[in-house]
Amino acid sequence: MIAELGHFTLVLAMVVAFLQGTLPLWGAARRQAPLVELAPAAALLQFTLVTLAFLALLNAHLASDFSLAIVYQNSHSTKPLLYKFSGVWGNHEGSLVLWVWILALFGAAVALFGRNLPRPFKARVLAVQGLIGLGFLAFSLFTSNPFARLDPAPLDGLGLNPILQDPGLAFHPPMLYLGYVGFSTAYSFAMAALIEGRVDAGWARWVRPWTLAAWMALTLGIALGSWWAYYTLGWGGFWFWDPVENASFMPWLAGTALLHSAIVVEKRDTLKSWTILLAILTFSLALLGTFLVRSGVLTSVHAFATDPSRGVFVLALLGIAVGGSLALYAWRAPALQGGGAFAPVSREGALLLNNLLLATATATVLLGTLYPLLLDGLGGPKISVGPPFFNATFLPLMVPLLVALPAGSMIAWKRGDLPGVLSRLGLAAAGTVAVLLAAALLADTRSTLGLMGFAAGAWVLLGSLNELAVRAGFFQVHPARAWRRLKGLPRSAFSMSLAHMGLGVLILGITATATGQTERILAMRPGETVALAGYEVTLASVEQVQGPNYAARRGTFAVQRNGAPVTTVHSEKRFFPVESMPVTKPGIHSTLLRDLYFVLGDPNSDGAWAVRLYHNPLVFWMWGGAGLMGLAGLVSLTDRRLRVGAPVPARGSRAATA
Amino acid sequence: MSASAADRAGRRRLLFALPLLAFVGVGAFLALGLGRDPSQLPSALVGREAPDFALPPLEGRDEHGLSRADLGGGRPMLVNFWASWCVPCRVEHPILDRLARDGVTIQGVNHKDMPDKARAFLEELGDPYDLVGSDRQGRVSIDWGVYGVPETYLLDGQGRIRYRHVGPLQERDLKKLLPMLEEAR
Amino acid sequence: MGLRKRQRMIVVVLALALVGAAAALVLTAMQDKIAFFVSPADIASGTVERGRDFRLGGLVVEGSIERASDGSVAFTLTDGAGDVRVLYAGILPDLFREGQGIVAQGRLEEDGRFRAREVLAKHDETYMPPEVADALKRSGHWQEGAEKLR
Repeated sequence: MIAELGHFTLVLAMVVAFLQGTLPLWGAARRQAPLVELAPAAALLQFTLVTLAFLALLNAHLASDFSLAIVYQNSHSTKPLLYKFSGVWGNHEGSLVLWVWILALFGAAVALFGRNLPRPFKARVLAVQGLIGLGFLAFSLFTSNPFARLDPAPLDGLGLNPILQDPGLAFHPPMLYLGYVGFSTAYSFAMAALIEGRVDAGWARWVRPWTLAAWMALTLGIALGSWWAYYTLGWGGFWFWDPVENASFMPWLAGTALLHSAIVVEKRDTLKSWTILLAILTFSLALLGTFLVRSGVLTSVHAFATDPSRGVFVLALLGIAVGGSLALYAWRAPALQGGGAFAPVSREGALLLNNLLLATATATVLLGTLYPLLLDGLGGPKISVGPPFFNATFLPLMVPLLVALPAGSMIAWKRGDLPGVLSRLGLAAAGTVAVLLAAALLADTRSTLGLMGFAAGAWVLLGSLNELAVRAGFFQVHPARAWRRLKGLPRSAFSMSLAHMGLGVLILGITATATGQTERILAMRPGETVALAGYEVTLASVEQVQGPNYAARRGTFAVQRNGAPVTTVHSEKRFFPVESMPVTKPGIHSTLLRDLYFVLGDPNSDGAWAVRLYHNPLVFWMWGGAGLMGLAGLVSLTDRRLRVGAPVPARGSRAATA
Repeated sequence: MSASAADRAGRRRLLFALPLLAFVGVGAFLALGLGRDPSQLPSALVGREAPDFALPPLEGRDEHGLSRADLGGGRPMLVNFWASWCVPCRVEHPILDRLARDGVTIQGVNHKDMPDKARAFLEELGDPYDLVGSDRQGRVSIDWGVYGVPETYLLDGQGRIRYRHVGPLQERDLKKLLPMLEEAR
Repeated sequence: MGLRKRQRMIVVVLALALVGAAAALVLTAMQDKIAFFVSPADIASGTVERGRDFRLGGLVVEGSIERASDGSVAFTLTDGAGDVRVLYAGILPDLFREGQGIVAQGRLEEDGRFRAREVLAKHDETYMPPEVADALKRSGHWQEGAEKLR
């Protein structure tokens, strides 16, 4: 009964989305105030309805109501509670409901917090949000009804794929969706601006916090997915450049570019049509990601049962959303007022370079992701575009970006003084050379790529610290005074430095892990000891253990350093009887500087066990770097001047703090 | 002079239409990719004799297993690969039941399944099969080139494979399947 | 106007140079950084180039798996029309089994054996929701394209 209610509220939500998507648009065009006022109310009502539907679905999962098809397919009465919870979005139908719910959440947030938006503009933004919601609610209800019943109801469920029974993966999709769907706000703002034919600094100031929130969630979502891959995979890899990962990485790259170009619109009132285009493209790439993962185009027959209608539906949605917005862009963007003069050596010039590089990089990733598909569509050979392709195309484009970053974040608006900026970066340059020398001498790897990565990471990290120090005046005034000035800096200034530092830390972590890994693959008997990167690793024992819904073979590794015990690590091979599937759990011991990563494999005929032992340096820096970037977004969002709903400061006061 | 200004405006318009044109191009390719209907997978076996095999019976259902000799014999039939753990099999099962009631012979290959669970599945949803062979290792499925369960093959009276259906049989598939069954007679 | 025009030119030239450089990178990478799918039959026919990365898909022949004492594994892949012996030093994915379809990435050795750097097992037991396929794919358990080789 509750499920039927949930279904009903979802249908109601679709009706409301239709009204939200049409009446305010008409009202704003015809200056009908009541229809304009309808938009926020409709957005809040839609949020309430989708929330009720989501709760109904949650209830069915928690209560293990196996008469619901998706509960039957993805749950089991013995499943731990956390995974009954995450099982709601661990499948196609449920994840769509989550998608729509987050969309409605953003709509409601704009309705509540966008108080300083001009009424007609806000109505148009919410109307576009409503139209997106309409499309996805229709997709959910017509092709992937989450409340479909099974008759007769089975006694117990099939269980959730054991690979999904993991805390990291439980929260990976919601974070990712927050990012994907959050960019819909930037899209709606862009569409509303195109309809009104007006983009100004105020527009950039409104759109930036929403973009920032989405970017932050996407950053953390991608990091969470990467972390999950790292600790479940069994060989310490963390990024594979596969289409599913690229699907989330492309909107991230475009969204990063959007964050930077919106600053130019705000401060210099130029790059407007480009920023609008970026806002459209960022959300389009998020939609493309949804399409690629769900349509089966890049996956296979198995991922998609026999329902090509779903793929057709998403393709139609994609066509309308992207094609429609680009058509509107082609029609209205030429009318936007162009910007003023644009000096290449200036902050805006640096931000433009950032945008050019990020956009080109996004294009290469897009090309690499779609190329196998295009070739296949044309009847060409089957190919796989993997890490070698992306390393050869994406990484070289990142080199100028990272080299220019510290200088670009210090250079002045309008007319920059490049030699002056470079001379103030002397400390960071010296530090980078020191890191480079240390890496060349200390690290096992002598690969040029590795050294370049260390140099780039150090340059970005130290350059950002240097920038913060210069801004506070550490080199000119008394340290105590500079310290007070540092604390008085606006949060948005901090957040920029923090995000760039996070990037530097991330690059150092990636470089160290990718080039400095020590690997030993061998067969060990219980009691045997081997050396690994300065540690002595003993396979202490292998035994059978029983988990809540699995049986496991557990290998215990004792680690010593120069005879002193360091830690004990367990690696398991779990077997899930309900799903009849084995899953390997590596044993990991992490510190700030390195991970010890052990995997127990299969036994040989002579009583020895195949094991993989890894020493991965600076892995934590990858997660820490991504975390810093996310934190930077949060710090910026709490900045008074950027806060959603804050009164718009007068132009003069902004110029003074900038 | 004004002509060149108009020219420039035109070029500017074109520049702003460029993203749209690029998208239309990409969209066409994606549509092309989607156009490949996954259920239309060709099988190397279509038009050929069914491969030779002999499977033991599903324990507790009957004494007689399923082997190559049971196929053909002058009447067309369906060979259905299924398993109790497979969700789409549950979806297509009512259709198989109906076909069986209408007099269509259906042979089952129970793919990588536990006999007790397979029997419980048939007790719950009905048993449309003439004979069921138990393919615990999935060997026979490999010989047939089965992608995954469920899959259904249409054989003519000589035991030649006429058609292959990947995925669950649905109402709309019957329109194609029933005439082919007639024709294979 | 003159200044604006010159500045605009600089930006346009920069953008074009960048796009050109990226295109050059992509085109060279397309030459030698992408891996083709081949089948054991292709190798048997002798048309496969040696010393270049590619992906080999097929079924693991039953009883062909040999584990050496150093932890490395050897097994035979077949597609019915040809057999290839595959060598792999490492731990096989969880779903690697006899009779299972797998994809190996690596190079063909001079002696006709295939040295795999990576082995991916395809999860073909049932139709999966995309998130599961997604997860399986990322964990190396399953790879698209593999089934087309059957």
